Amino acid sequence: MTPETATSAESMILARGLRKSFGPFEAVKGIDVEVRRGEAFGFLGPNGAGKSSTMRMVAAVSPVTGGTLRILGRDPATEGPAIRARLGVCPQEDTLDSELNVRDNLVIYGRYFGTARREAEQRADELLDFVQLTDKAGARVENLSGGMKRRLTIARSLVNRPDLLLLDEPTTGLDPQARHVLWDRLFRLKQAGVTLVLTTHYMDEAEQLCDRLVVMDKGLIVAEGSPLDLIRRHSTREVAELRFGLAEEGTGHDVLAEKVADLGDRVEALPDRLLVYSADGEEVVAKVHERGLRPVATLVRRSTLEDVFLRLTGRTLVD
Amino acid sequence: MEPQPTRPALDTSSGATPGEALTFVDGVRRQIPYWATVTKRTWRGSVVSSFLSPLLYVVAMGVVLGGFVEGDPDRLEGATSYLAFVVPGLIAAHAMQTAVSETTYPVMGMIKWQRVYESMLATPLQVPQVVAAHLLFVTARLVVTCTVFTLVLAPFGVFESWWGPPLAVLSQVLVGVTFATLVYGFSARLRNEEGFGVLFRLGVFPLFLFSGAFFPVTNLGEAGAWAARLTPLWHGVNLSRMFALDHVTWWLAGVNVAVLVLLALVGWRWSVTGLQRRMVS
Repeated sequence: MTPETATSAESMILARGLRKSFGPFEAVKGIDVEVRRGEAFGFLGPNGAGKSSTMRMVAAVSPVTGGTLRILGRDPATEGPAIRARLGVCPQEDTLDSELNVRDNLVIYGRYFGTARREAEQRADELLDFVQLTDKAGARVENLSGGMKRRLTIARSLVNRPDLLLLDEPTTGLDPQARHVLWDRLFRLKQAGVTLVLTTHYMDEAEQLCDRLVVMDKGLIVAEGSPLDLIRRHSTREVAELRFGLAEEGTGHDVLAEKVADLGDRVEALPDRLLVYSADGEEVVAKVHERGLRPVATLVRRSTLEDVFLRLTGRTLVD
Repeated sequence: MEPQPTRPALDTSSGATPGEALTFVDGVRRQIPYWATVTKRTWRGSVVSSFLSPLLYVVAMGVVLGGFVEGDPDRLEGATSYLAFVVPGLIAAHAMQTAVSETTYPVMGMIKWQRVYESMLATPLQVPQVVAAHLLFVTARLVVTCTVFTLVLAPFGVFESWWGPPLAVLSQVLVGVTFATLVYGFSARLRNEEGFGVLFRLGVFPLFLFSGAFFPVTNLGEAGAWAARLTPLWHGVNLSRMFALDHVTWWLAGVNVAVLVLLALVGWRWSVTGLQRRMVS
């Protein structure tokens, strides 16, 4: 974000033509990515876009099929343990050990990195404080809420003071309160200089946290830039949403779309409304009324990353 | 959510020096605190299953049922009572069962339910180290179970020498380890737990009954006896019994040990490749 971090750049992740196949299925089809020190970098994309496969390769737990990948300047094929020693990994599904209590989950995990017992305990207490779980130190993991488990997982990913923190859909399945607490913690880490790489399909999360991101679809990168950049490049400043009472008009939104097609840079007809992409949404609404069209509801809003995302990856459901 | 007025900033400065080579032994050593904690949490429950059920077997089969069996050393592989005959075999069979129960559901749980292996392998630890630590934990359990069992039975006068029982315990542990490695490799490849039912019904249970723990395999007839001698459990039972009864045929003991060690080595490869394929894809 700051110019200093950009100029003192050092590649934390460098991928060139990176590919991953599982048998005949190509999950990642040749992507170029560079993440620099201190950045918060996002992988966005619908399910099956190749985000998680990419993250697993970056985490040095999944062998690369093709292309080159360097993490912290090292080759994961030959230096996996040395790379993992410097990574923090927060997986999509919790892998906390329910045999252990909250604090032991941190202390014992620290020992895997070769940390001495005393130091691991001290770090565990520090981290429990950081994720606001100090009063749960002795609790069984299974008695924690979803948000608490996530915070504990994030705490665990920090036991080795990682240079690079990988977060795979860190807030999926959490309620809004829990998400905001988590964002706050991640933001603090970012401010402290930790390089964050996250996958998400929440656009607000990406806008909140990411300095730069790529949108992936079907194993390829379809767009890259800062959230603002992407909105500027792939959408308009504003969107006018028009909802018509279809019974009165006697026709569908797709037919109405043709009547307003010239009012925006792009018009999208959804079953329940029209989206008119334009620099000035109010002006669009005024002109629609001038043409004698009577929408039952109108909404003018700023373009979001979600508009970009849907434009680039389509509205078709991916399961 | 709650206000956080004066929270001290988290120290995020880089920790260890990168690139330190992690030796195999060091990788295993780093998991000792984990397995020690698991043991601390679970030992009470396992005491019951480890000692109580075989003890009941000994009483029922060895003492009560054994009372009907004539203690003829010629027909009982050198034992002077059925109890003396059945105990070493029973401990060996129990070692197999302990090994199997520790490497079936627990392994699958660590792969796909709790996903503990996934979290371990996100650290510098590597698959062979993770497998070795788990198998060492199973070995430690086998040592404790077989030793305590032997000590409990010593006053019954079923052992013929002072040096035989320790060697018998080693034999029991060896056959346990052999089964642990083989079954671990099986579990690492298994997609869902239904396969364990088949393993217990078609593998473990027939072995338990027909590998010479309860009667000399010669009672099975020529063909049956040879079939029984091809099973890994028989090698453990035979070894354990020869030492316990101080009735050792040394060349045969050598064969028994060689077969079990060879199978354990095969099982070790099978386990490591199984977990590698499962976790690192």
